[in-house]
Amino acid sequence: MLNGMTAPAPNFAELDLATTPACLRIRGDWTLAHYAALEHTLADLRERVDAHTSIDLDGVDQLDTAGAALLADLLGATRLRDLAHETPHWPPARRALLETVGTALNEYQRQAQPRPHNTLSLLLERIGVATDNFYQQALQLLGFIGLTLETLARGLLRPRRWRMTSLVAHVEQIGLDAVPIVALLSFLVGAVVAFLGATVLADFGASIYTVDLVSISFLREFGVLLTAILLAGRTASAFTAQIGSMKSREEIDAIRTLGLDPMELLVLPRVLALLISLPLLSFLAMLAGILGGAMVCIFALDITPAMFLSMLRADTDVRHFLVGMGKAPVFAFLIAVIGCLEGFRVTGSAQSVGEHTTSSVVQSIFVVIVIDAIAALFYMEMGW
Amino acid sequence: MSAPTQASAAPPVVVEVRGLINRFGAQTVHDNLDLDVHRGEILGVVGGSGSGKSVLLRSIVGLLRPTAGSVRVFGEDLLALSAERRSQIERRFGVLFQRGALFSSLTVAENVALPLIEHGGLDREAAAYMAGVKLALVGLPRDTAHKSPSALSGGMIKRAALARALALDPEILFLDEPTAGLDPISAAAFDQLLLTLRNALGLTVFLVTHDLDTLYTVCDRVAVISQQKVLVAGPLDVVAATDDAWVQAYFHGPRGRAAEHAAQRLAEET
Repeated sequence: MLNGMTAPAPNFAELDLATTPACLRIRGDWTLAHYAALEHTLADLRERVDAHTSIDLDGVDQLDTAGAALLADLLGATRLRDLAHETPHWPPARRALLETVGTALNEYQRQAQPRPHNTLSLLLERIGVATDNFYQQALQLLGFIGLTLETLARGLLRPRRWRMTSLVAHVEQIGLDAVPIVALLSFLVGAVVAFLGATVLADFGASIYTVDLVSISFLREFGVLLTAILLAGRTASAFTAQIGSMKSREEIDAIRTLGLDPMELLVLPRVLALLISLPLLSFLAMLAGILGGAMVCIFALDITPAMFLSMLRADTDVRHFLVGMGKAPVFAFLIAVIGCLEGFRVTGSAQSVGEHTTSSVVQSIFVVIVIDAIAALFYMEMGW
Repeated sequence: MSAPTQASAAPPVVVEVRGLINRFGAQTVHDNLDLDVHRGEILGVVGGSGSGKSVLLRSIVGLLRPTAGSVRVFGEDLLALSAERRSQIERRFGVLFQRGALFSSLTVAENVALPLIEHGGLDREAAAYMAGVKLALVGLPRDTAHKSPSALSGGMIKRAALARALALDPEILFLDEPTAGLDPISAAAFDQLLLTLRNALGLTVFLVTHDLDTLYTVCDRVAVISQQKVLVAGPLDVVAATDDAWVQAYFHGPRGRAAEHAAQRLAEET
């Protein structure tokens, strides 16, 4: 029936002015396939047809909802419904079609149409909603941090309620399983930093200070920052997806109705596991990064391993390591809390799980970098 | 033992399933299954959970390639056709999935307008008007048109999905448990809607269902799938009288009897 479009456009309607009142003769196929042609016909007729025009439907071959809807558009839904009664000789199915479409449209058109919005108010609305969301989210995060700390404080005093199995399982997932990727990435970045340093420092004849550049940058910044960003992507998203899918399957509600505390059961083991894993992984990242730098120094800059080590010992103070490590627990706590909180914010659908997983990664990376920047400023002012 | 056709005065067959075999690994879902769907009828397909009702539906609409056997829709084997020819056939049927399967990134009206724009060749304005007509036909209030599917209740999602299935004025409608998960009032309203639309649009309906009330209210024929084939197909009273443990338990269990009484009362009232 869709092939009908190739046929020469038949004349679908004709206004016979010879009779009084004028008679509109509808004929041909009034179907979806001819929609454009029918619309064209109607455009001509619209102004010439009024409530007094009589309608002759005898010439109609095929009729579907599209045709009926167009007739309703021309004649009005009420008129269409009445037409069903004026054509008693038609097969019942076709009259039922006219009547159903007429009745449905009549009802539909009586309902108020929603007002269209203008662009400016939409823009303002979006800005307002976004600002409010940001505020609410920050508020929720602070509240959740407080709740986590409170649960932590209560739980620490009662070793019987420590979830050791869960904790160990999470440490394995978060820490052990992430060792290869963290080590490899840090090694590569260490090598890149060394190359970069060597290129710039060679101009001053100071290639040897590449050692300092690599060691200090990795101890203070890159070791912990790289690990935190990797875990924000790897672990925060996993937390959100795990807790979120539990939320959408009402498992969280089940935990509550069983008189258990989801904070204690789900959040604490995850937070503690990340608090254990992230510093350890950071340490590993520092080692791997310095090793990567050392490889470049040894193979590309002709600095012997012995010289590398003696430079490292002479110039790199242990405070750099402490300053870097000091940030690790803070990052760990925030990443875990954001991951869990976004999981709890999931509502119902699978789509919501996806949205919140994305949001948790973005938020935790954002928070990690902002805190790192603030910490860098603070340490500089303190002269550490 | 399968005798789905009542040969003589039956209207033309629009879906013809012959010797259908579906196997997933070691599990055989259908074994030599035969089924006919006649033009203009509402065929209810029932069977226990996991008896392969939905698999049958998926085989007929061409979403699943059967292990063996033939499925002919409008006399054509969908899986043997060229992509273009197949798409032309597919436009002639509408499918309502169990959970609606509305596109979540589009509004309700856009969901209905999509096939009209893609296949009907309508411009956006005309498609929007026709989408409004379809939404009116399925009895959705006007303000739902601009909502996203996630903002709708279960019954509304089913109606919106039905509007999308009806967008191109299909000849056959495939419904996968349309009343599952609806409250009894919405379910009854959906049954009535289905009857009205079938009568007005001359649809053929292939209805997979668990709902006994739906069977008694709307179905012209019922096919029972059991033991990997169509055990019996025919008018409800014939099927209900079949001597088979499952059929007896299904139609003459407490729920079956209640549905039968309700249908009788409904028939007396009207």
